[in-house]
Amino acid sequence: MRRLLVAFAASALLAAGCASDLPPTGASAPADPGASAAPATTSAPASAGTGEQSEFFVQADYDAQLAMRSQTAEGPADKPWEQAIAPQMVDTAKYKKDGPYHLCFSNAAVNNPWRQVGWTTMQEEVALHKDIKEFTALDAEGKDDKQISDIAELQAKGCDALIISPNTTATLTPAVSGACPEVPVIVFDRGVETDCPVTFIKPIGGYAFGADGAEFLIEKVPAGGKVLALRILPGVDVLENRWAAAKVAFDKSQLQVVGVEFTDGDAAKTKSIVSDYIARHGKIDGVWMDAGATAVAAIEAFEDAGVPVPAFVGEDQQDFLQKWKDGKLTAVAPTYPTYQWRTPIIAALKILKGEEVPKQWNLPQPKITQESLDTYLQPDMPLLHYALCGCESMPGFPGKWGGK
Amino acid sequence: MKRAIPIFLVLAGLLVAIAAANPFFLEPAGFLAFLKRVAPLAILAAGQYFVIVSGEFDLSVGSLVTVEVVVAARLIDGDESMTWPVLALLIVIGLLVGLVNGLVTTKLRVPSFITTLGAMLILSGAVFLWTGGAPRGALSQGFRVFGREGVWAVLILLVVVTTAVLLMRADFGRTLVAVGDNEKAARLSGVRVDRARVLAFMISGLSAAIAGILLGGFAGVSAQVGQSLEFQAITAVVLGGVVLGGGRGHVVAAIAGAFTLEALFTLLNLHGISGALEYAVQGVIIIAAVAAGGLRLPALRLSPSKV
Repeated sequence: MRRLLVAFAASALLAAGCASDLPPTGASAPADPGASAAPATTSAPASAGTGEQSEFFVQADYDAQLAMRSQTAEGPADKPWEQAIAPQMVDTAKYKKDGPYHLCFSNAAVNNPWRQVGWTTMQEEVALHKDIKEFTALDAEGKDDKQISDIAELQAKGCDALIISPNTTATLTPAVSGACPEVPVIVFDRGVETDCPVTFIKPIGGYAFGADGAEFLIEKVPAGGKVLALRILPGVDVLENRWAAAKVAFDKSQLQVVGVEFTDGDAAKTKSIVSDYIARHGKIDGVWMDAGATAVAAIEAFEDAGVPVPAFVGEDQQDFLQKWKDGKLTAVAPTYPTYQWRTPIIAALKILKGEEVPKQWNLPQPKITQESLDTYLQPDMPLLHYALCGCESMPGFPGKWGGK
Repeated sequence: MKRAIPIFLVLAGLLVAIAAANPFFLEPAGFLAFLKRVAPLAILAAGQYFVIVSGEFDLSVGSLVTVEVVVAARLIDGDESMTWPVLALLIVIGLLVGLVNGLVTTKLRVPSFITTLGAMLILSGAVFLWTGGAPRGALSQGFRVFGREGVWAVLILLVVVTTAVLLMRADFGRTLVAVGDNEKAARLSGVRVDRARVLAFMISGLSAAIAGILLGGFAGVSAQVGQSLEFQAITAVVLGGVVLGGGRGHVVAAIAGAFTLEALFTLLNLHGISGALEYAVQGVIIIAAVAAGGLRLPALRLSPSKV
């Protein structure tokens, strides 16, 4: 037993060691709220408690994404999953062949509600097309090594096109590069470090998501107000980009970021962290989140403490939208729309028919505001359903998504 | 009980440190919030104590907590009328998992370390299969009230502590300690060793069910809710001076160990140290506590000549 405990402790220490390169957080500010106006701990005085900029930050991408937010997308307005912002079309004549087609899909995972909604939506999209004779999908269960072998396995199955949603960016790049010469490849959601896929489909991106939330707080919270930033975990590019953009916005603002904390996406941990901040600072004026899955837990921390819920950044999950409506909150919901799971199927068919597609297919990425809240709130859908599935007119709706 | 005195001193010291860093802690609402947060771990530690004092381990409680919460959300699905039937079912699940752990350990003679490690993997695998990694459904307000309202959590904690103390004072408690201290002697003197141990596992399973009800109530559905709770519970028990291998230690000290651990986490958090360090701290504590327990006897023998 003792040996096992030692092994456990060693692995825990290892885990702690891995985390030691986290960016410094504002949490080291003095506990006395009166003294925290002049944080003595920050190395860069301009950083307003937000710590160092992420190593994932790329200025050009940031500028491009923020610009895309105000650009009009091309394509049918009622089908945002077919729209593209500033598309650079590529010729696909060399992939043209006669149907019916066999499409294949290597999925990173189905291990969270966002991916569950997306996966359901993609299967329903497949069902809409009679020229798809077969659809083979493999679930990598969140493991890079499984996805690498999944991609190899799918190449041997005679797929006409291969759709890949990579588990991680760097590790999956060689596997994707290896598949490109064999079959037309479509990558969506997270990216890879090669431009060999025929098209890369994604919403505008993490910088736009992060900036949408931060700008809302800067507008709604009075100058000097205290903002708590909650992040899921470090080191994931999409999430790093969200925070990086928020940091840029907060640094330019008059707001005081009193803490940047990692929640592991766990509701109980989120609630405990927020409760601690309420106890320590008495009043929090705004909460920024890099993903909305634990937004309701964070809101409950304010309810249970008996203090008003401040301005909140959530996401398009129904539980948050319901809370927003019921509690008459001041809130915004940036989105990373699940309708992007429809687009790869549409793109695959276009490519196989020789129609041109955007090299980088930037889908619109709307945010839900007070004005559009009622449009997206769907009380008959499950609490964990994501509103921007673009699936309302599909034949299986709402039953396939668990709705009534 | 003498062994337990240090833990109460450490706990008192930590509570003073918390109060110094955060005066809100001294207000009724602040202290209630702390109690509410401790309650699940304290209950798990109480359950784990029964198993450890009888000379065994229960590593399955963390996964069991997750199972309880995920099952509750799926079955209740927001329907208030389902609250009480599902609560009853959760208790039954907890007792049943404990019963199986106990029977496999005693009747099949599989070491409890392996039995409950297996149960932990089976339960977490089953949850993953059933949910695909993301739980479905929702808990009702009637269910959540136990974990959200501090008064309920504290009341449940009080009942659990009282029951645990009474059980340890009864014949059952003495039997359990005798089994953990010297199984052969207990068996020879006519103690039904297997029955005592199976009951201990069932108590641990029951404590996981109650902890699951409180944790699910606190923050809602999550597939990670029980993560690493088994190690927190064991750390708490060891911290309370209970000897791994059984036969020595007091249940109140084990519960005080849970309070100390949670107080330590709270203090670390108040000073802006959190996250992965919690695991490291737990690791150091568990090694230090076991090492201190092992060193004590020789140190005592040596001390007269040294002083």
